[in-house]
Amino acid sequence: MTDTVIKCNSLYKIFGTNAEKMLREANGNVDAKTFQENGCIVGVNNASFEVSRGEMLVVMGLSGSGKSTLLRCISRLTDATDGKIYIEGQDLLSLNNKELIELRRNKMGMVFQSFALLPHKTVLENIAFPLQIKGVKDQECINKAMDMVKLVGLDGRENYFPRELSGGQQQRVGIARSLAVEPDIWFLDEPFSALDPLIRKEMQDEFLRLQEKLQKTIMFITHDFDEALKLADRIAIMKDGIIEQLDTPAKIVLNPATEYVKKFTEEVPREKVLKIEDVMEKPNSENLSDLKVLKNEIIENVAEKILTQEKSVSVIDENNKIVGTLHPSKIIHTVFGGRKNKG
Amino acid sequence: MELLKRHPKLFQWLFLLVVFFTLCFAIDVPETYKFIRGQAEFIKDPNQSTYTLFGIEVRYYAFDTLWRLPPLLGWLPIWINDSLFFLLNDWMPIEIWNEDIQEYKTRPLVLQITRTLTSSMTFLIELIREILLGGVETIVTFTSWDWISENPWAKLPGLPWTVVAAGAVILGYKLSGKGLAIFAGIVMIYISIFGQWKPSMQTLSFILVAAPLSFIFGLSLGIMAFKSKRVEKILHPILLVMQTMPQYAVLVPAIVLFGVGDHAAVIITMVVAVPPMILLTLLGLRGVSPEVIEAGRMSGCNNLQLMFKVLIPTARRDILIGVNQVIMVCFSMAVISAFIGAKGLGFNLLLALNQLNIGLALEAGLCISLIAILLDKMSLAWANKQTDYFGNLTFFQRNKNTLFFAGALLIALIFAYVGSFYFKEGFNYLYEVPHNKGISTADFWNKGVDWIWDTFFYTLKIFNTWLIVDILQPMRAAYLRMPIVATFVLVMGAGYIIGGIRSAFVVGGLTLFIALSPWWDRALVTTYMATFGVIISCTIGVTVGTLCSQNEYTKNFMLAVCDIFQTFPSFVYLIPVMMLFGVTDTSVLIAVIVYATIPATRYTIEGLRSVPAALHDAGSMSGVTKVQRLLNIEFPIAFPHMMLGLNQTIVFALFMVIIGAFIGTEDLGQYILKALSDRKGAGIGLTLGICVAFIGLIFDNLIRTWVEKRKKHLGID
Repeated sequence: MTDTVIKCNSLYKIFGTNAEKMLREANGNVDAKTFQENGCIVGVNNASFEVSRGEMLVVMGLSGSGKSTLLRCISRLTDATDGKIYIEGQDLLSLNNKELIELRRNKMGMVFQSFALLPHKTVLENIAFPLQIKGVKDQECINKAMDMVKLVGLDGRENYFPRELSGGQQQRVGIARSLAVEPDIWFLDEPFSALDPLIRKEMQDEFLRLQEKLQKTIMFITHDFDEALKLADRIAIMKDGIIEQLDTPAKIVLNPATEYVKKFTEEVPREKVLKIEDVMEKPNSENLSDLKVLKNEIIENVAEKILTQEKSVSVIDENNKIVGTLHPSKIIHTVFGGRKNKG
Repeated sequence: MELLKRHPKLFQWLFLLVVFFTLCFAIDVPETYKFIRGQAEFIKDPNQSTYTLFGIEVRYYAFDTLWRLPPLLGWLPIWINDSLFFLLNDWMPIEIWNEDIQEYKTRPLVLQITRTLTSSMTFLIELIREILLGGVETIVTFTSWDWISENPWAKLPGLPWTVVAAGAVILGYKLSGKGLAIFAGIVMIYISIFGQWKPSMQTLSFILVAAPLSFIFGLSLGIMAFKSKRVEKILHPILLVMQTMPQYAVLVPAIVLFGVGDHAAVIITMVVAVPPMILLTLLGLRGVSPEVIEAGRMSGCNNLQLMFKVLIPTARRDILIGVNQVIMVCFSMAVISAFIGAKGLGFNLLLALNQLNIGLALEAGLCISLIAILLDKMSLAWANKQTDYFGNLTFFQRNKNTLFFAGALLIALIFAYVGSFYFKEGFNYLYEVPHNKGISTADFWNKGVDWIWDTFFYTLKIFNTWLIVDILQPMRAAYLRMPIVATFVLVMGAGYIIGGIRSAFVVGGLTLFIALSPWWDRALVTTYMATFGVIISCTIGVTVGTLCSQNEYTKNFMLAVCDIFQTFPSFVYLIPVMMLFGVTDTSVLIAVIVYATIPATRYTIEGLRSVPAALHDAGSMSGVTKVQRLLNIEFPIAFPHMMLGLNQTIVFALFMVIIGAFIGTEDLGQYILKALSDRKGAGIGLTLGICVAFIGLIFDNLIRTWVEKRKKHLGID
């Protein structure tokens, strides 16, 4: 059984002076346009979802879609207008200021788009900052912060000031700082958007490596669909404050729920995203070729082997047990078929 | 027509000027008009008209209202005065326990508050003063005069100058290193050797109370304004007026409320120094990016930690500029408050100027400027200093500065003790060099002044006469020749063209206040002097700034020069000009020009520096020459910032014009100076101060509105 770490129930965030009154009158049926005419801006509109322990939920949306607002509601940097948020079963919105600070000091870490480092502190001091705030002893702070410096690969630069570092290095500091208190929940708000493409790719790989090791519960915000596909366990696609679709990358690519989502998925190279298990059929008794492929293999990696077969191949799991079959034509259909309506 | 379409604003301006000049020539000067007795002067004369408002009779010379408005606000100063006296002497009496006579005594609330404030300030100043110079008053505060006369030993001895000097050197070293340490040493030794020790320490004790208090108040009020919109709304107009209010004008009400002396000076200094501190704190805190605040929150900061560990350190740059300003104002006030009896270098400076002893004045002025520069550098170094939390130091390393100071204290005390045997005649030079026993260069300077006068008398006189007769007098006459209606057309028209109807009414309202006060003519004279100063200052400032910007080295050099000049107390500028031009309007104007050129130059350099490098490159690739680049790329982009410089130039010029009253002018400043020695001067001083502030605000409003529009137009944030 999975255990739920973050849980949201019909969450609303509406900006404006009489937002609460309007929300009450709307009776759960919020229309962004009518709200806007009355001087309110809808940030998050009826969001409900859960994130389980160790899972990475990527929230994807273009600018102004409310993804950052959603994250700020869940970290309570802004107060939600209506709805419920539970962090490990605890009602977040009912916490008083002291409990909230306690929660942030021990359970949450956050990384920001523009790094948000303190300009007057060195790398080491920046990383040690949350620990000092918490009241940890100086020597312990240094040791812990030094570990973090090593974790993100900045050894030798711990006495630099943020202004002396490149963007990628600054974000490493941001990441290290957010991890210094060993939080369970890790919020990342477009952490790589301000970086150059090559550095961004490097940081993504680094991030995956870290997550492999740390197994945090993550909410990751991005406006880059490819980044979402690369990192996510599940993706939530937002538009105008509404979560249009929340599913695994494969299911979103194969079955986009709305026209809006479909626009994103059209350009995606499917062979790079989908795994064998996403396209396989149920095991049956037809005659199979000798080739066996692992079910969580990315299509691109095994396509050549499969496509040179004439008969269906068998799909196996880690225990070498046959869990399905796959006919070569299915791969051709999946990879090239979806694009027939494009010229 | 083509031209009209392309430059609609240009034609609006032309139209405005045409209307203005038509009005000027159409309305004749009334035959009875004479500048000196043009407005209410509180002398009785059968030709005067009178009216009575709030029980106060105002007498004035009536003119056609198109020419001059009647002084309908003439009752205001008297009314302010009466209210102040009422507040102080009759309002809300409360019972106070009196120790000395062992019974309750009735005292008005405000008087009690001001007296309590006064005595606490006096205590603080005396404490520091007596640590530096010795004395008994601190001990008296805790005991009584009787006790002191019974115990003659009970007396703070005061530190030998060598100890203070050593302390300054060690502090300088600790804060920034060898350079500052050497500078601190030189300053202290200079002060001592030239026999300025006592007044310098008096001034220093005044500053060491006024500056930290202003800093703390300014910072806290700034934080409050940052946290609450309502506080900010209340503070905003007060801050605006205080920014342009001449420092003289605040002195007058202070005498009524707090009496005369150092304590009143400290309170006044705070009134003047706190507003810029608030503004800069607010500016800095506003500038902190929201993500940094969020990062602080997510690190688990509570509100206090967020303010003191995240917001304030991140906003440090602006807050630092605030500290700088506070120190600048404190030194400026240290001199000016000599008018209300503050002791120290300012008092000596004033005395020397009064006796036209330029040499002495120069020495005192140099001393105060040196201390100002030293404190300024020390405060900057202190704020820039990194605290090393993670130092793994031995006991000696951690406490070496304390140990050095203790060592210096011991050695200096031994020296002073030995000195008391060596210098038997009564002056122990190793303890304190008395005022008249130091080296004095006054004679040298005075001889120099005499020489200049002897040698260049005719040249200077010719220049002086030419300036006054051919430029200043006609300009003054032209300003006074303006009928009030034409002035309103000009000011409100400019407001309308620049910022629309709202701006027109704001500047119109400000002008109306001055026009209805009894001092319209004087305000015109103030404006004329300021205008003259500003025109010359801007010409010099923009030229020098532009030339220096051509080269990285000269640019930084010029900015450093500006920094140093800005640290000089404003009064000091009067010394060299009096040396050259004696007591004339020319002196004042030259002081104005020198003082106001600083912001003009600084803002020009900063404006030109802010032009993005990409634009330079784009220009180079289009093949521009140096001059083309300057005219077509750099000036248009830098212009908004340069206009803010103009704003500062105007404020600086107004300040100096008012201070120039000391030399002898016939504008608003002269009246403020007169009000200082008037028992009923508080109301007059305050109203005059508001008039000057409003002159500043009229220009401020016009320039700021224009700059904002222009910046929006250019897309500069």
